[in-house]
Amino acid sequence: MILQHLADGILTGAIVSLGAIGLSLTMRILKFANFSHAELLTFGAYAAMVFLAFTKAMDGVLGGSLGPFSFGLSLVVATVLAGGLTALAALAIDRLVFARLRHRAGHMTLVFASFGVALLLRNLILIGFGPDPYYYSRELQMAIRLPFDVLVLPDQIFVLALTIVLVIALHLFLTRTRAGIAMRGVAESPSLASACGIDVDAVIRWTWILGGVGAAVAGVLYGLTVQLRPELGFSLLLPLFAAVILGGTGSMYGAVIGGLIVGLAENLSVMVIPASYKPAIPFLLILLILYIKPQGLFGEAK
Amino acid sequence: MIGLFSYLIFFLIIALIFGVAVLGLNLQWGFTGLFNAGVVGFMAVGGYATAIMIGREREAVVGGFELPFVIGLGGGMIASGIAALIVGLATLRLREEYLAVATFGIAVTIQLVALNAEWLTGGTLGLIGLPRPLQSSIEGPLAYNSFYLAMVIAIVAVAYIGLERMVRSPWGRVLKAIREDETAAASLGKNPARIRLEAFVLGSMLMGLAGGLYVGFIGYVGPFDFQPIVTFQIWAMLIIGGSANNRGALLGAALVWGIWTSSGYVISKLVPATYQTQGGAFQVILIGLLLVLILLYRPRGLIGEEEHVSHHARPTATGSPLTSTDGSSAATDGSSTATDSPSTATGSSLAARDS
Repeated sequence: MILQHLADGILTGAIVSLGAIGLSLTMRILKFANFSHAELLTFGAYAAMVFLAFTKAMDGVLGGSLGPFSFGLSLVVATVLAGGLTALAALAIDRLVFARLRHRAGHMTLVFASFGVALLLRNLILIGFGPDPYYYSRELQMAIRLPFDVLVLPDQIFVLALTIVLVIALHLFLTRTRAGIAMRGVAESPSLASACGIDVDAVIRWTWILGGVGAAVAGVLYGLTVQLRPELGFSLLLPLFAAVILGGTGSMYGAVIGGLIVGLAENLSVMVIPASYKPAIPFLLILLILYIKPQGLFGEAK
Repeated sequence: MIGLFSYLIFFLIIALIFGVAVLGLNLQWGFTGLFNAGVVGFMAVGGYATAIMIGREREAVVGGFELPFVIGLGGGMIASGIAALIVGLATLRLREEYLAVATFGIAVTIQLVALNAEWLTGGTLGLIGLPRPLQSSIEGPLAYNSFYLAMVIAIVAVAYIGLERMVRSPWGRVLKAIREDETAAASLGKNPARIRLEAFVLGSMLMGLAGGLYVGFIGYVGPFDFQPIVTFQIWAMLIIGGSANNRGALLGAALVWGIWTSSGYVISKLVPATYQTQGGAFQVILIGLLLVLILLYRPRGLIGEEEHVSHHARPTATGSPLTSTDGSSAATDGSSTATDSPSTATGSSLAARDS
């Protein structure tokens, strides 16, 4: 039983990690807690569903379902398109709202504005798509039996593999490319980076692009393994923040580990408390870490 | 005519109950700069605690102590204060946004408890048939609602006068000093973390009081009355009415509740029944747009904070910000303090309020 919960926890955690990376980057580089980040997951998931309606029509070219998975190349293409659209949406929101407030107001105004943006996005999606859940595919999958009677769906293995690939790709981006190094420089000290000739505005754009793409992929993966609802992002908001705070605000690797811890804790908790209290686990983790190690597991003490 | 009059009484009761919570948020955000993203959670704690204390005994549910309503209200306030203490002790020493995240989290958690802890909260059904204060001695709904309105007005008046005296006291001046510049306040020997905690707990107790008053009025408590959207409504009331001004807080409560209920009425007439969920979304967007317009064009709210000048300061001839005390333009009074310390978080929290 415990191994099954561990497996489920790692899979949930992978999705939380992907979403938390973007949130952690914005908290580090833009210096505010973006409550609307989770709505980008919803946006990406629904965008992929709309694109899927078109790419499905090309199944003749793209082929049907891939091997044991419930989806085919059509969803992969739709996800790539949704990632691009979500990045554009994140840039547009920054241009319309956050950029206007960044220099003339305190950072709690940005937090407040992000609340408003979150509410607006969520309700626009509710108006557009209605409150009922959607699924990318109705196809049934055969669960794979791992050693010790652990059952996983092929889609879940795909989720984990994709998360690992994306985290490695992001690591290479941040350490090997000029844009990535510039991002780390701005995260350390915006004024020093700016004095060294780094284009801070470009770094901010990269932050939104990475955050938006990560959010869209996480949203699609959540939709794939659970379902699409207008509250998809809202229900992940607390796990995302818990992952970021656990890992240490601003640490990308911390966010990944934090996401895994949140996923594991949520899934293992059902062995001790009723499953209906599972959504409270991230809050308890936040309180715990703030009481004992407020800088997070991988954060530096101020 | 009677119908309209009795509706007006009903409307004012609810608006003033919201007003109590807005006064609490004003103490936290308006005067101290504390971002509470879980207002509804503290209202729910107060509401449920009151209900458990005043309710009748029933099977399989803890509580039903049948205590007098006033004691129930007090118990609700204490319960909310304890919830605030738990969150406040963990976060108030740390980065400002941690309080926002933690308050959001406690509201989510409290909603889960309300929904699932059937032994305590009655689960999804809630606790029904709560005795309303003096219900048996007042005949007829109109008379009863008039009595309840009078009681709520009295409570709002006490809260208002108490808060006004507090924010004008030395304690209140320290609150604003911390909001403007924490380092400066600390260097004068004030303890910012402690005073923030006091303001946070006190504000949350007012939210608990609002929850208790609401439960006492409708004679029922259930999880669906304490949805996250209530937090947004209360924030909208404060920002639109005027942050850091207690009269603004009450004005905002009545105004936003008026817009909310009337737009809900119009939407329910226009939108077919199958799309009612989406109708609610339009209501949220309407209030959200109003909020954005206020933030852009009247950042201080309808009646914003009064300018305060020290009794020791003498007006000087030209150019001093102390001479232009009428607050004619939001931009000047916002920037005059913000530019003093643009790099510190607390220095900018004034600008936050103003913009």
